[in-house]
Amino acid sequence: MDWIPNFFRRRKLYDDLSEEMRLHIEERAEQLMGGGMSRKEAERHARMAFGNRAVLEEHSREVWQWPRLESIWADVRIAARNLRRSPGFTIAAVVTLALAIGANAVVFGVLNALILRPLNVPDAQSLYTVERGDYKEQATSYPDYLDLRDRNRSFDGLTAYILTQVSLDTGKNPSEVWGYEVTGNYFDAMKIQPYLGRFFHVADEHGPNSAPYLVLTYAYWHSHFQDDRGVVGRVVHVNKHPYTVLGVTPPEFRGTLLFFYPDFFVPMVNREDGPSFLSNRGQRNIFMVLGHVKAGVTPAQAIADLNSIGAYLEKSYPKDDAYMTYSLARPSLIGDMLGPAVKRFMTGLMLLAGLILLAACANLGSLFAARAADRSREVALRLALGSTRRRILRAVFTEAMLISLVGGVLGLLGSVVLLRQLSAWQPIPKYPMHVPLYPDANVYLVALFLALASGFLFGAVPVRQILRTNPYEVVKGGSTGIIAGNTGHRITLRDILVVVQIAICAVLVTSSLVAVRGLARSMHANFGFQPENAMLVDTTLGMAGYSGDRVPAMQRRMIDTVQTIPGVKTVGFVSEIPLGGGGSTADVFTEQTTDLRTSNAAANVQVFKISPEYFHAAGTSLLAGRGLSWQDDGNSPRVAIVNAQFARRIFGSVDNALGKYYKAEDGASVQVVGVAEDGKYSQLTEKPRPAMFLPFLQSPTGMTTLVVRSERDPQQLATAIRNKLRGMDDGLPMFIQTWTQGLDIALFPSRVATVALGVLGLMGAMLSLTGIFGMAAYAVSKRLRELGIRMALGAKRNQVLRAALGRSLRLLAIGSAAGLLLGILASRVLAFIVYTATPRDPLVLGGVVLAMLLLGLLATWIPAQRALSIDPMMLLRED
Amino acid sequence: MPVVTRPMTEATARDLFPGALEMMILESLRRQPAHGYALVQHIQQRSNNLLQVEEGSLYPALQRLLKAKLVKAEWGVSSTNRRVRTYQITASGLRHLEQQISSFGRMFEGIALVLNPGKSPAS
Repeated sequence: MDWIPNFFRRRKLYDDLSEEMRLHIEERAEQLMGGGMSRKEAERHARMAFGNRAVLEEHSREVWQWPRLESIWADVRIAARNLRRSPGFTIAAVVTLALAIGANAVVFGVLNALILRPLNVPDAQSLYTVERGDYKEQATSYPDYLDLRDRNRSFDGLTAYILTQVSLDTGKNPSEVWGYEVTGNYFDAMKIQPYLGRFFHVADEHGPNSAPYLVLTYAYWHSHFQDDRGVVGRVVHVNKHPYTVLGVTPPEFRGTLLFFYPDFFVPMVNREDGPSFLSNRGQRNIFMVLGHVKAGVTPAQAIADLNSIGAYLEKSYPKDDAYMTYSLARPSLIGDMLGPAVKRFMTGLMLLAGLILLAACANLGSLFAARAADRSREVALRLALGSTRRRILRAVFTEAMLISLVGGVLGLLGSVVLLRQLSAWQPIPKYPMHVPLYPDANVYLVALFLALASGFLFGAVPVRQILRTNPYEVVKGGSTGIIAGNTGHRITLRDILVVVQIAICAVLVTSSLVAVRGLARSMHANFGFQPENAMLVDTTLGMAGYSGDRVPAMQRRMIDTVQTIPGVKTVGFVSEIPLGGGGSTADVFTEQTTDLRTSNAAANVQVFKISPEYFHAAGTSLLAGRGLSWQDDGNSPRVAIVNAQFARRIFGSVDNALGKYYKAEDGASVQVVGVAEDGKYSQLTEKPRPAMFLPFLQSPTGMTTLVVRSERDPQQLATAIRNKLRGMDDGLPMFIQTWTQGLDIALFPSRVATVALGVLGLMGAMLSLTGIFGMAAYAVSKRLRELGIRMALGAKRNQVLRAALGRSLRLLAIGSAAGLLLGILASRVLAFIVYTATPRDPLVLGGVVLAMLLLGLLATWIPAQRALSIDPMMLLRED
Repeated sequence: MPVVTRPMTEATARDLFPGALEMMILESLRRQPAHGYALVQHIQQRSNNLLQVEEGSLYPALQRLLKAKLVKAEWGVSSTNRRVRTYQITASGLRHLEQQISSFGRMFEGIALVLNPGKSPAS
């Protein structure tokens, strides 16, 4: 093992060797001169007798080198030198690859963070959320939860939580914060240890209002208590009730949802509606039930276990419990509520990104093939001088690898920056939404692997060309014999590459246009209300300490007060706005039904509790009957306005519904006094759903959103509203935004999809631009002489153009057609995410054709100019 | 017919037998230390010009021997007053040569028997 000293002696060894060889040839020459030869003659003979000095010297040096590593390093240096010599090619290749690798790294980073990476809790692999019924509902009632928790034999502690927003008063200004209401065993079941203080446990709970304890998350403690360790034991106020701070969770624990960071945890036994919540089996307020499946128990066994409990529940509580079949899912994306959609979308996006990379490889492959063709003389010379084909191939691959590594690293750096920015982004200000996309080792590895794989792919393109190079032909013929096929009518590998690349780009352009168009249309779709010129004022009276009869009285005063603001046309009140991310449902029964169990329900309908002016304020039109009035209060018969879908579903038609009765969950008969138009309630892509609008004086609710219709400037109006309401109660928490902003949450998926696809489509377009440009420019430059002769013989401009670019444009047409077809097929998938996305849209089809045409024109413009500006005389005069 | 030993390339064998050139170099150096040019002359003369060593092909072989510490080299001045790098066989080079010669001897013997059946190798 003497390679270390050898390494330092190497320079001397090499110098000695060169010197020795030089002296050898000198001695031989001198001897030949002694025999009467001229110096020149003698030196020539001496060199011939010695053999190929360069090759021999290289072989002699190789003896001293670490065989692989060093010759690779030497290759890398040569490749770097070669690439530096053609900066245009190098920059184009590196940038192309950086973009493609970057796009893949970003998409994979998101995929990795959302789907592959488990939640940051111990043993996340065995953590599942329990879903119920065919619709995979998460919502559960507290009594049902208790049965699941206590009767199962498959889980290591089954816990539950509810997302809640409260007004938290820590002694300074009360502020609205989001948190979890959890069961007592939450931290134990999640196997989390406190960072500071202690957590609450099952033993701390003894029925309603027995556990006024609060645990802070590290982030909230850090930002609001400045890491004050004395916070433990302090009393804070939650919705004006005193709670004792017990402890702080560790920094890495951010709750059990991936994208929703809570600020605190409180026991759910202390809910304000505690007594009814804890005992009412039909009140499904629990957001999620989850737990670790015991070691040795398979998910299938756990499901069977849960289902047997479900069967027991159905039998024991037929009034409240029906369809009690269970399934398990990952909790991080609310199980099957978001998980499958996100997975499908990200998989689709990953596929598209992969296509981008393939297109980039095809692009670079043809660049490399062109480069190899241009260098065929050099290759032939090197072969003639004793280099081996393997050696030349190694040089080509080294160049490819170098480009792919540099491009990959640049792309990765860019994607890391982008992912970090995305992580800091809060898409919907109303909710504590974070999308933690921080890249990890997986992302780096995948990017590196993709870079190397693509380097190998496009480096392999010119291999055949080099293997077939015949040095004698090239050196003798003086022209590049190997690419002759390119100007003929044979289909070459490069043609196929270009067609593939254009097809891929056309797919991307098609899908991005479909998405953009879908989004544009969904912005103008009929939601069943008019979001323009309307403001939303969210308050939760419960947070301000209102309860019982004070709630509707306060709500009425709020409406009246805001109504007095100048410029305000109408003020309506609704429990939860449609498409606002929330929403509640209730079962309704036909008038004849007497056994009011869930399985006998006529429909499960969306419920909105509204004030009489709501329809006016929201811009929802009434199809038949009357609106609600202030007389529809607790003292008058129960009435409702239903939507058209409800009317058709229960009563057969809109006209049929007017004046008819149905039964609510509590058995009361409700008369339909009006029918409103259908709308979108929880998702833009949903099918028409039945909905009912109940007068808030008959069905009280603490949730209050005022809809204020006005044409005043939103900023000013918001200030005016805030001042007015603060004047009534300065402790009233509120969130004011325009209704258009309020739609952010509903439009979020399609916006993300559109932006993602738009970016990929743009990249695809850029790639096809450079690809077509490369091919056309190369075709023109290879045929300059031929075109010059044609011009000299009197060819017209368009004939020259056809000769020069016809092939490129034909390939463009074939590629675009194939891509358009594939794109239409691919876009069907999109319809799941982007509302009204359809590829069968003349505007989209025309747009794709136009885009590809424009790309073709743009890309062939410079080569065409070059072809047209050929001066035949000049060309013919050359050599 | 002269046997041409060619420089090592990937396409052709290093020389007639792998290690033959090294063996001849070691044998020459055992008689007396020499520099590269003298070695070539010596090998060609001793083989009655049957072995036309491409002169340069000597050097990769010399580097291999140097690396294996079978020979050592030193810069000096020759009898003809030229600056030369003189090679000298080492003790381990001698041992190596003995081994090689005996194993090659056996191999030649075997080949000779196969090529000339019936003839005694001794004759």
